[in-house]
Amino acid sequence: MNFISKTKADFKVVGTRVPRPDGVDKVTGRAMYGADITVPGMLTGLVLRSPHAHATIDKIDASKALALPGVKAVVTCDDLGVPEDASLRDVQDNCLARGKVLYHGHAVAGIAAIDMATAKKALKLIEVSYTPLPHVTDVDAAMADGAPVVQEGRADESVPAGSHPNVTTMQEFGHGDLDAGFAKADKIISRSFKTAATHQGYIEPHACLASVGTDGKADLWCCTQGQYFVRELCAGIMGMATSQLRVTASEIGGGFGGKTTVFIEPVALALSRKTGRPVKIVMTREDVFRATGPTCSSSIDVKIGMTNEGRITAADAQLRYQGGAFPCETVSMGAQSAFAAYDLDAVRTQGWNVLTNRPKEAAYRAPGAPMAIFAVESVVDELCQELGLDPLKTRLLNAADAGTKSSYGPTFDQIGLKATLQAALEHDHYRAPLGENQGRGISCGFWFNFGGNTCVSLNLNFDGTVGITEGNPDIGGSRAAISMMAAEELGIPYEKVRTIVADTNSLGHNDVTDGSRVTFAVGLATIEAARAAIRVMCERAAKVWGIDPDAVVWEDGCAKPSGPNAGAFDPMSIEEIAASASDTGGPIAGHYEVNAEGAGVSFGVHIADLEVDPETGHTQVLRYTVFQDAGKAVHPDYVEGQMQGGAVQGIGWALNEEYIYGEDGRLENAGFLDYRVPVASDLPSIDTVILEIPNPGHPYGVRGVGETPIVPPLAALANAASRAIGARMTELPMSPPKLLAAIMAKG
Amino acid sequence: MKNIHVSTKVNGDEMEFICPPDETLLDALRGRMGLSGAKEGCGTGDCGACTVVMDGRVVASCLVLGAEADGAEITTVEGMSTGDTLHPLQQSFIDNAALQCGICTPGILVAAQNLLERNPDPSETEIRYWLAGNLCRCTGYDKIIKAVQIAAAEMRGA
Ligand code: FES
Ligand code: FES
Repeated sequence: MNFISKTKADFKVVGTRVPRPDGVDKVTGRAMYGADITVPGMLTGLVLRSPHAHATIDKIDASKALALPGVKAVVTCDDLGVPEDASLRDVQDNCLARGKVLYHGHAVAGIAAIDMATAKKALKLIEVSYTPLPHVTDVDAAMADGAPVVQEGRADESVPAGSHPNVTTMQEFGHGDLDAGFAKADKIISRSFKTAATHQGYIEPHACLASVGTDGKADLWCCTQGQYFVRELCAGIMGMATSQLRVTASEIGGGFGGKTTVFIEPVALALSRKTGRPVKIVMTREDVFRATGPTCSSSIDVKIGMTNEGRITAADAQLRYQGGAFPCETVSMGAQSAFAAYDLDAVRTQGWNVLTNRPKEAAYRAPGAPMAIFAVESVVDELCQELGLDPLKTRLLNAADAGTKSSYGPTFDQIGLKATLQAALEHDHYRAPLGENQGRGISCGFWFNFGGNTCVSLNLNFDGTVGITEGNPDIGGSRAAISMMAAEELGIPYEKVRTIVADTNSLGHNDVTDGSRVTFAVGLATIEAARAAIRVMCERAAKVWGIDPDAVVWEDGCAKPSGPNAGAFDPMSIEEIAASASDTGGPIAGHYEVNAEGAGVSFGVHIADLEVDPETGHTQVLRYTVFQDAGKAVHPDYVEGQMQGGAVQGIGWALNEEYIYGEDGRLENAGFLDYRVPVASDLPSIDTVILEIPNPGHPYGVRGVGETPIVPPLAALANAASRAIGARMTELPMSPPKLLAAIMAKG
Repeated sequence: MKNIHVSTKVNGDEMEFICPPDETLLDALRGRMGLSGAKEGCGTGDCGACTVVMDGRVVASCLVLGAEADGAEITTVEGMSTGDTLHPLQQSFIDNAALQCGICTPGILVAAQNLLERNPDPSETEIRYWLAGNLCRCTGYDKIIKAVQIAAAEMRGA
């Protein structure tokens, strides 16, 4: 798909800051989130979780629990089938363990009772006999000889013979002659890095309500980023036909990738099937931390060679990610992202995914990229320090551009990296003076962006207003963006459009709200659906006027005759066409269905100023600016919001957030008190600069914006801290003890 | 455990309910009074999603017992607007895009309203510290702080 010829530049609605359609609901408490729905006859479900990091389940005895009055059912993995598909089986085994528990918090059984108090009591009465097994929670330890094997036989064909059985995949990307490249360098730096696992940290815990009828037809209400994917996973796990399960997405209280799979939904469905009653399960925060998300932790080696002038001659990285107890693909995206910002003759990245006794990794905003780019951008920064080069100019000198063969294979189309770097270079933040114990760090960031399967239905009401039905939960303001694009294309006011998110039976399949795809792909489909409706409206006007439909054009919300033989008719407004639709052929609609390509990659550059207290290692972010290419910012407020929110999540990752495991393999900080996400008083204002380099793959030039902003902060802050204290920080988070140790070690 | 009879005033309305002695005010509000505006994000007092005002004080309703509401006056997000007129803070949150997913919004609005009642002209730092107990994972807080400042200015008639 290439829209260059049609890419629009003169917008009336797109680019304005209209109020979001769900705003009033959300500021008044009217919006319905995952835990907000109740139905008559509903039972309360709870999930029993493993106290061990790794153990065989020898026996589950639920008789005492079931004997408690008010307890209606207990389910274990035996209540589900065994799907053929290995990835589906992994999802299922993560929802209810089969034979072995693989991490602290792994679900073992579900219970349904008449109320929470009874369910809690009953949960304690389920007797599970375990035989503990040796465990491993660190990625390097899990690759070492003699490490406990988390799951046997999970390596795919990419893994070289002789690797530890915990290695499940191995990937390699790159091109050119590394040895020749390094030989040309004046300076080579090799460094090793470690990053901790971090949680998506959405404020809304997972919640669902399942209702299975005796006829096998089922309904599921849940907070998810993708109701269609939930339907497929749950139908597969339950052994149901997809058509028999209808999934409705509630309002969603944050996700960031962490609500793209299922944890409690199949358990609720199985309990409902067993009891014949609706069952609601809401996770506790502790369970959210122990058993959902987080992202991978990593161990990374990077080696880069540079000339005295700052040209990178060769770049090599080895990435080892642990994605928890089941195979995951995140390292592949990390390996592809690592050097994507650079135009390189010789580059290689290798990545290994490793099993550990930790929860199965779930996507987290630009999955895999932040850690890889943290390592690479740290080494680039250190080379600049060593060679006395300006870090932004050096990146500009090496920056990828249109026509660059990317480090992961494809050749870039129009991209905005150079313009973004230039904007950062010219910004006053970059020249502002710094005080004692303060450092300024910069970093580039990259994310692929994604399109994917998308359906949109646009219906013209008889009063001339428009209903859009789309299939992606609105996680950051997408209903506003979709309504804006429909209004733009139709030439009508924004207020005349209402966009709703469909349940799985009301629209064809839509991929998950992920990959920064919604404003791009759903927007594209909305514009095309509007164009389809416009064609119908022009035909109707032509019919009324008795002229050829080709002699009718659409302008400013009206059909108008055009061309020499069209005749002189007054323009017919959308209201008039709508009002007479019954007489001209019936209801008017436009549809568009596509597997959208051409998402267009995205780049960002962040500048961070950090002060480190030399006495305590405490850090304070003093100033922060985000520069990012949005292609076209449909709703600038929400683009800025994505940039600010992503940056702050990255700041948390860099400075504070981490999963802490004890020697016993148990998670020690499963709550917001000890897993501390940034709060308002930790932060300065996050300034933003939106660039608009149109994406040729979209009619309005839109690129995804949601994920890129979490990529640069890790390195930006590590570079700032390293410059502030005069020692290179290679481990995240840079919590005060680590910074203090680095300061002391320096002497 | 014997259930407890509680008489309270919520958003100006007299309410009575019966609850077990260990039930939280949050559960009583959501489960017994049908007021689901306050959310449970953590249940341990660490996120602020359940913030309500009780007798003039900002509280995490997940840490207050329903029984403690006896004789108290409680304000929740549902009590902020009058008819179809939003509170200036609510309007400012919409106008200034101070919410993304919106799950933190009810708690933040209630806490911010209480701040402005105490101090109609807070500095940015004061707002940031006052709201430090209300986590927002989506916005990075920037637009929230600005929305509070703008609403405060408007309420002062500035
Ligand atoms: S739910 Fe009460 S503070 Fe988090
Ligand atoms: S808007 Fe999502 S947590 Fe604040």
